[in-house]
Amino acid sequence: MAVTSPAIAGAHQYLDAQVRWRTIEIVFWLATLLPFVVTPDYLVLASQIAVTALFALSLDLILGYAGIVSLGHAAFFGFGAYTAGLISKWGWGEPLTGLLISGLAAGLLGYLMSFIISRFRHLALIMITLGFGLLLHELANSASGITGGADGLQGVKMWPLFGAFKFDLYGRTAYWYALIVLFLLFLVSRRLINSPFGLSLRGIRENAVRMRAIGAESRSHIRKIYTISAIIAGVAGAILTQTTETVSLGVLDFQRSADILVILILGGAGRLYGGLIGAIIYMIARDWFSGVNPQYWYFPIGVLLIGVVLFLPNGILGGLAQIVNSERGQRCTGWLTAPLPWRRRP
Amino acid sequence: MRRAMTGLALFAATLLAATSAPEQAYAQSTIKIGLIMSYSGQFADPGSQIDNGIKLYMKEHGDTVAGKKIELIRKDNGGVAPDVAKRLAQELIIRDKVDMIAGFDLTPNALAAADVSAQAKKFMVNMNAATSIITTKSPYMVRTSFTVPQVNESLGTWAYKNGARKAYTLVSDFSPGHDGEGAFQRAFKEAGGEIIGSARYPVANQDFTAFLQRAKDMSPDVIYIWVPGGPQPAAIGKAVADRGIDLKKTKVVGQGELTFDEALKGMGDAGLGFITAFHYDHNHQSAKNKKFVADYNAEFKRNPDMFSVGGYDGMHVIYEALKKTKGDTDGDALIAAAKGLKWESPRGPMSIDPETRDVVQNVYIRRVEKVNGQLVNVEFDKLENVKDPFKARMPKQ
Repeated sequence: MAVTSPAIAGAHQYLDAQVRWRTIEIVFWLATLLPFVVTPDYLVLASQIAVTALFALSLDLILGYAGIVSLGHAAFFGFGAYTAGLISKWGWGEPLTGLLISGLAAGLLGYLMSFIISRFRHLALIMITLGFGLLLHELANSASGITGGADGLQGVKMWPLFGAFKFDLYGRTAYWYALIVLFLLFLVSRRLINSPFGLSLRGIRENAVRMRAIGAESRSHIRKIYTISAIIAGVAGAILTQTTETVSLGVLDFQRSADILVILILGGAGRLYGGLIGAIIYMIARDWFSGVNPQYWYFPIGVLLIGVVLFLPNGILGGLAQIVNSERGQRCTGWLTAPLPWRRRP
Repeated sequence: MRRAMTGLALFAATLLAATSAPEQAYAQSTIKIGLIMSYSGQFADPGSQIDNGIKLYMKEHGDTVAGKKIELIRKDNGGVAPDVAKRLAQELIIRDKVDMIAGFDLTPNALAAADVSAQAKKFMVNMNAATSIITTKSPYMVRTSFTVPQVNESLGTWAYKNGARKAYTLVSDFSPGHDGEGAFQRAFKEAGGEIIGSARYPVANQDFTAFLQRAKDMSPDVIYIWVPGGPQPAAIGKAVADRGIDLKKTKVVGQGELTFDEALKGMGDAGLGFITAFHYDHNHQSAKNKKFVADYNAEFKRNPDMFSVGGYDGMHVIYEALKKTKGDTDGDALIAAAKGLKWESPRGPMSIDPETRDVVQNVYIRRVEKVNGQLVNVEFDKLENVKDPFKARMPKQ
């Protein structure tokens, strides 16, 4: 929700204002608790929305902020998912350490990939990430001794969270687990984006060559953010594995990479909440439409997407920001989006 | 501004639509069945064939059993997605309060939903997924399709009995293909035969010339091919004809998919003489099947296939089990009622194994022949009442 006021001058002042929380953000995060009370039958769906939101957030960091196009981000999601599954299968079913290891494993893969990624832009990146995703998918398929191949990985059993909370049929544990991880990683991303590092990422997105010309090295920045994004994607995959106790080749599918891109664009790329809002709307719409008509539900989804792209080229959040930033919008909703008076740092 | 307002309206409409999910009205006199399979995407066609089988059964037998009305709730799994299958199963049970779940076209999805069935103690009917272990994952599950070892081990044994001593196997390089390869080789070797060569072709392979040339060079008595359907059987038929493999000397055998209707259309006369083992074909000769095929054609304007018959017999199990329990939908009662059920299906006599809850049926050996100018699978041999051999080998619990 970038609101730039002309009164703020200088990068540091700008960042300082961005770091502060806004009423609307607090309202949003409180609203994520609503499913526990209002729709307790929908917690399983809610947990998978949280996972998708986290995955979309990871893509937003590279696509929305650093301008790195990716059509193969499911590679990291899937790598994290399989790592979490294998750790559990091999006898260690503790969720938190499993999550950590999976995130780091995906991060390592991302770090290695980032050396290639940082050398290219735009169209070449699409080809490379697409190819990389397909390679990993085929690797998992052919290594069926380890991954279970097309039948999916069998024998994933998670221990209760903190030794006390079982992953239940109603998805209660699954949702608060996914939600807390999402919130924590969101905080990290938010801090990251509103730092000088985040600002230079945006510079790279706008003009990488110029960034180098003014003395800011872009490749190391790209490597860093790509690795971080891979970690977050891996964590998202791991949560999906842990909360559903299943992994299959579907987690590495091209469809998943494409879906997450659509979700991010739907919500609005380059805004931290874009992926979150996109995931909520896309997943709920999909659940609802496919409930009404299991055969042809892609049709209304398609109409929704065309509608959003036609009327809101910057995504749903982009459209909302336009309204809010207009003069009348400022009068009505300014209090919602203005930085709160208290500051996070002294 | 106007543009933005349109966007806002669209956004609001979506939210509104999304939150006002249909309210479920409960009545004690209905029995709800949650159907989970792929209604969209790559696997939509098998999904719709299973659904057609279900519809036809309900049309013939009415939608009331033991005084209760049957209500179906359909959920789209959209392809290989066990996480979605599991969520749908959970939602059907806790939100829609279904009494049982059924459908399941793909193995990973069936395995994931089985966990839920076991946990919630709900009756589950697997109408298609064919990997052997699936039924072991929930004590409340029965299967009405077939298992890969059931068909392919039968084929291996049959091939040896009918004179083949040296076999070459060629399978698609993913788990179901590996399972088929394993089952055929195992039975063939146990019977006394020798596997002189084997190859796994890439999943998306288009040209089989090299593979079949290599097979021909080793001059086996039988070439076993496992193919998942789609356009590949046509390419295989072409390669077999091009390489000049003499089907009189070398049998080309496989699981039923090799000679599905669509496959035969693509292959043309190249497919003549291919031998396959399967549990159902619309050309099965019985009065029951004749009527089934005719009714099916009248209703859906196409021939039934193994998916249709899986759905049809799945509904039969549900109906008969409900009749036995007098409408009681308790998981334990239903599974007890389903165990040992025996009936005459369009595929021939079949039953549910009381021990493993898996399907017991005849496996037919068919040859592609031309009847009235059309290529069809003609049954010329059969192995009766075959149980899943994989489970027979499993240690008893």
